[in-house]
Amino acid sequence: MSKDMSYQGLMARRNEIMKQAVGIDYAIFESGSIAFDYEKMMRETGYTLEEMQKIQGATGVGNTPILELKNLTALARKMAPKGKGARIFIKDEASNPSGSFKARRAANAVYHAKKLGYKGVIAATSGNYGAAVASQAAMHGLKCIIVQECYDSRGVGQPEIIEKARKCEAYGAEVVQLTVGPELFYTFLKLLEETGYFNASLYTPFGIAGVETLGYELAMQFRERIGKDPDVVVCTNAGGGNLTGTARGLIKAGAESVSVVGASVNLQGLHMASDEQFNRKSFTTGHTGFGMPFSTWPDRSDVPRSAARPLRYMDRYVTVSQGEVFYMTEALAQLEGLERGPAGNTSLAAAFSIAQELDEEQIIVVQETEYTGAGKHIQAQLSFARENGIEIRFGNPEEEIPGTSIILPEHPRLIKARDFDMNKIRKSYIKNCLEIREIEKITEADIEFLVQETKSSYDFVKEVLKERNIE
Amino acid sequence: MKAKRGDWVKIYNIVLTSEERAPQVPEDTRKVPLESWVKGFIQTDAEIGQSVEVITITGRSVEGELVEIHPAYTHNYGKFVPELLQIGLQARAILAGGEVHE
Repeated sequence: MSKDMSYQGLMARRNEIMKQAVGIDYAIFESGSIAFDYEKMMRETGYTLEEMQKIQGATGVGNTPILELKNLTALARKMAPKGKGARIFIKDEASNPSGSFKARRAANAVYHAKKLGYKGVIAATSGNYGAAVASQAAMHGLKCIIVQECYDSRGVGQPEIIEKARKCEAYGAEVVQLTVGPELFYTFLKLLEETGYFNASLYTPFGIAGVETLGYELAMQFRERIGKDPDVVVCTNAGGGNLTGTARGLIKAGAESVSVVGASVNLQGLHMASDEQFNRKSFTTGHTGFGMPFSTWPDRSDVPRSAARPLRYMDRYVTVSQGEVFYMTEALAQLEGLERGPAGNTSLAAAFSIAQELDEEQIIVVQETEYTGAGKHIQAQLSFARENGIEIRFGNPEEEIPGTSIILPEHPRLIKARDFDMNKIRKSYIKNCLEIREIEKITEADIEFLVQETKSSYDFVKEVLKERNIE
Repeated sequence: MKAKRGDWVKIYNIVLTSEERAPQVPEDTRKVPLESWVKGFIQTDAEIGQSVEVITITGRSVEGELVEIHPAYTHNYGKFVPELLQIGLQARAILAGGEVHE
């Protein structure tokens, strides 16, 4: 009997396909209600820090340098009140084999796939993760398929994604390119079923655990170099894995007093599944279009329970505008002699602003950089935006309308990290838990879980539940 | 343009027609099909526009419409963006100059 390959038919087999393709039975961590045992999942399906360092080290991943941005710090101090302006550092993750921190996630996932005997790996990603999986698959001698959302219905592709396809193919991967739409997941499932390859999801425990080495290294490097932990670490936030893994690594290093800040590019008003709006944005990730939905509902990912749960670790969540990130990208090249891609520069724009709130002896770290080049260079990105009818000019970034304009700050003093109300995000997460899982009655274990998930308090969670008439 | 058996080519497919698309897609996206492009070694001589079979780099057999022979990377650094020049000049001037704390 032939299988039902329609959208609905395939989606109905989703759990069965996923179990085959990830090798994890998520059911054993479930409570049957809201709560699930996150730490048990991380412990039993992940790797120890030592194992991960070994796995990553064997393929040249990790141990990236930290660089002090002295000129950008000096520039921030020009705008800051007297005595303010923390030292700004970056962790140069672009020096990983595939050009970004994603090599850490991919190293673990591909190692795990090989260990379990899979012949190949598949990942659904338009970004650096695809290149990272392809690079690792090449090293381990596994086959690799990357599924990308790349073009709009006119066949016009985001230059950054087209570059990523080139990079994946350079490592010997097959790239399946699609037009806009959430049914990318359908194609992804179809390929998993057809090939029997491993799902190198961004959101498995081993993938997220792979980023823990980053946070751990970071704390160790600062202790060695400066003699103390940094005060603030800024992570560009999309699916939440970068922030989650980094924060977990910091905790494993005992650096629990570090404040963890998430930063996303503000793309408010743009619909991520819209064909017409697809090419009206200048960032393909690290933006609020992923950052907000994944923070308030992490289990929307391609595995039943995402290991990326950013709200557990986030002390603060800020946005910056596209124009501000472009400005900082250029300033990083001009003042520091470092040409880097957009991902880490989102955090850098935020850090440039937050540094001005902190004292001069304090330290703020941008925990990643990524490679740049044709397609994903600011020149290419801005030129593409202009061709798509986006207005580009100097002015006040507050005036930027995502999808309509990119306002380069007319003075760096206008670069401002804008705070989200954390309690509002936490409430939104709890609301999603209740509505999506159709919860009417709640257990004490659920409440405890929600406190951890939202890094809040028992009283806060009780209050939110009361507002929704749930006891 | 004619492709010879064994040439590296790009093929095109409609994955889901407009009617078959997922219920949650927005209005504008629902109006258009979900399309895909894959590259591989073509299994027969063929003209652009013909339906062909390719073997991809991972060894999968895929059928689709032949759209490009020896598909090239055409992405680049785009057109010159003169505004970018001003950023370095300004930042360096502020660093060197006498702007003070506000």
